[in-house]
Amino acid sequence: MEQKFIFLDHTADAKFQAFGRTLEEAFANAALATASLMWDVDSIPKRVRYPFGVRGRDLEQLLVQFLQEIIYLFETKMFLLGSAEKLKIRESDHEYSLDAVFSGDDRRERYNIFGEVKAITYNEIKIEKNDRVTLQVVVDI
Amino acid sequence: MELRKINDFVWEIPKQGEMKVPALIYTSARLLEGVKRDLTLQQARNVACLPGIQRMSYVMPDAHQGYGFPIGGVAAFDLESGIISPGGVGYDINCGVRLLRTDFMENDISAKRKELLAEIFKEVPAGVGKGGITRLSRSVLKDILTRGAEWAIEQGFGTKEDLLMTEENGRMKDAEPDFVSERALERGLPQLGTLGAGNHFLEIQKVSEIHDKDIARVFGIQTEGQVLVMIHCGSRGLGHQVASDYIESMENKFGVKGLPDRELINAPVRSPLGQQYYKSMCAAVNYAFANRQMIAHWVRDVFAKVMGSSKGMRQVYDVCHNVAKIEKHEVEGQTRELCIHRKGATRSFGPGRVEVPEAYRSSGQPVIIPGSMGTASYLLVGTAEAEGLSFSSTAHGAGRLMSRHEALRRFRGEQIRDDLRKMGIELQSTSWKGVAEEASGAYKDVDEVVRVSHEVGIGRLVAKVVPVGVMKG
Repeated sequence: MEQKFIFLDHTADAKFQAFGRTLEEAFANAALATASLMWDVDSIPKRVRYPFGVRGRDLEQLLVQFLQEIIYLFETKMFLLGSAEKLKIRESDHEYSLDAVFSGDDRRERYNIFGEVKAITYNEIKIEKNDRVTLQVVVDI
Repeated sequence: MELRKINDFVWEIPKQGEMKVPALIYTSARLLEGVKRDLTLQQARNVACLPGIQRMSYVMPDAHQGYGFPIGGVAAFDLESGIISPGGVGYDINCGVRLLRTDFMENDISAKRKELLAEIFKEVPAGVGKGGITRLSRSVLKDILTRGAEWAIEQGFGTKEDLLMTEENGRMKDAEPDFVSERALERGLPQLGTLGAGNHFLEIQKVSEIHDKDIARVFGIQTEGQVLVMIHCGSRGLGHQVASDYIESMENKFGVKGLPDRELINAPVRSPLGQQYYKSMCAAVNYAFANRQMIAHWVRDVFAKVMGSSKGMRQVYDVCHNVAKIEKHEVEGQTRELCIHRKGATRSFGPGRVEVPEAYRSSGQPVIIPGSMGTASYLLVGTAEAEGLSFSSTAHGAGRLMSRHEALRRFRGEQIRDDLRKMGIELQSTSWKGVAEEASGAYKDVDEVVRVSHEVGIGRLVAKVVPVGVMKG
């Protein structure tokens, strides 16, 4: 199986690269990388679904807004992401939008939470589109 | 990049290219090696290019790479031509430190040390995604954002004296909760009165060395072996969301073209958006003041229960180390109001400043420098020279040296607990992984950081304290 994401060294925080054949696939893998800093993503069943949409003035902002949704849902709904599905990215005049569904569990007490992601940053953010897509993100932990 | 040594503790990046002012780095040969390994110096230079920056882009002895601005960065901007930047404050708005003194000596608590720590661990919610004990309504939360620690005191979490011994008296008056987004409020609701995780901690400590007896006495520190309590935490998800929200709004308003790093995004101080960020940031600062006030109250409760009394548990001081403020400073012989950003830096006002509580006005303010988990922390005093040297600022802690990733490879949480126990330090944590990530080996040497601060004169050494019990989120 192809690698979904890798972590790179960063003094104060966590830096990862997420990969995909399409932007959507790379975004979904970036969501898994972010969640994997907090809990074991593979152990989360798909009990609850959160459909949502975000917008961004460019792809970088779209990515940051998308990943921030994970923190928001965890802190306010105790929702633990297991997978990101049905991603659809659209580009219109001066704006990008993304619709997606997060699947996971909202029974926080059942899982070991071993890390905290405070914020998604623009620091060293990169979006590269060649034969496959590579996203690089630094998150504040 | 040109880096010129001025003396053993001061290096300069001379003004060049787009830089409006030089960058000045307070460090030592040893600390500089760590600083050179990451992007700290490049980031200090980027800050020096921002509009309206005054005098210098300063770098404190514990500096390391941040986003946009370095952690340990101090920059002041003109109110008319200058900017305000969420990246110059950091995501954890009013991350800060509160220090309580006690009348207890090490011997008094040695038999009950474990019990004290276990009880504090029970009373103070900590860890990731752990809610606080209070169920808040939105209107109460907005009241807290407006009034900070004053709200907490009114609810019985402490005394009016605590307010006097808190930076800004526990309340930034420019706070405007209506500029705080719905999302930030939602994140703030469940988390009030929680320590959080990451590098945040609560320690029972003892005084190990007193370097300045007279000033120590003014601060309520009488003798070696005296027990203290240190609380290190911030504004939790609410503050992080305020930062994220305004980075986004500023990008949308001003665009990101020409910025060497998107996290340097900023707005003119006086612009509507600049003011909205400032007033929301003040609201997040207030949330953090209320947060530390509540935690301090629960710690006193535990001491009262376990030790029979919490009498004498006076607050030495409470400092913010991620904040932007409007302060008066000297520039080219004139006193002017500036927008000063301290990101991973502590205010160190010397004698005479009206912002310093009356009890400390002839000594200078207490500066609290937490070490990394399980190592020494320091109490310093602000100096008059700091005004000219760093807009009255000094270091804020040890400063990270090694990535969390690397720390996890090298250290194990359980092993750290056993090692600390051998040194007579109890440790309780919600996560062994978190303990390994925060291993003291992953941090700069706090002793060296404080030595530089003292030698440069931006904050002078008063006392060294060491932990006897550590609670990590």
